[in-house]
Amino acid sequence: MMELFSTEILITLLFLSLSIFIAIIRIILGPTAPDRVVGLDTVNTVVISSMVLFGAFTQQIIFIDVAIVYALLSFISTLFIAKYLQGGEL
Amino acid sequence: MWFTILIYVFLVIGVFFNLLGSFGLLRFPDVYTRLHAGTKCTTFGSIFLIGAVFLIGLKPWLLQGDADGSVLALHAAIALAAILLTNPTGAHAIARAAHKSGVKPVQAVIDVLDAPKKKPATKKKTPKKTTAKTTIKKKKEEA
Repeated sequence: MMELFSTEILITLLFLSLSIFIAIIRIILGPTAPDRVVGLDTVNTVVISSMVLFGAFTQQIIFIDVAIVYALLSFISTLFIAKYLQGGEL
Repeated sequence: MWFTILIYVFLVIGVFFNLLGSFGLLRFPDVYTRLHAGTKCTTFGSIFLIGAVFLIGLKPWLLQGDADGSVLALHAAIALAAILLTNPTGAHAIARAAHKSGVKPVQAVIDVLDAPKKKPATKKKTPKKTTAKTTIKKKKEEA
């Protein structure tokens, strides 16, 4: 049987949600549009790592699969927002 | 035993760097410095957090020959590869878009990217290579 590391992973997820909260404050405050995009990118990365941790917490692999797809989709959305900001044609 | 200590160390390093990246995102004065904090630190922290999950899956496989965790370890490694490939590329795209949309760095004195470009040095025209046909024509003219 695998060791679960339940309490440690829960504490880690608590701190990661604090980190997401701080990044959301930057999204709300951010004076320009690229600031908000940077905050969104940070939120995406932290959400991916917390999804992988949650998959290890519940012993279900499908959370990690969802995290992989989420990583690729957030990358595509970041690229398109960047292209929109620099004035390119979509 | 060593695996457990290593997993704890990886979790602590990952949480520390993720929190550091978020505080940097909140505190820095500028888009580019915020990008510096918010992308590099979270990528580094995510490497260690997913590495901890990888070790959690790998531990019973190596120590007890129990292959239940191998699926967990493999999928965590694929997620890590996805993060490592996509995250720096996205950050580069955001920085390029911010510079092109006219956001200036706050305390910068010289912006090298904004300086007027030097005219490209005009290349000397290379003499046309003498192909076989031209040499034949020359010989005919000489004759």
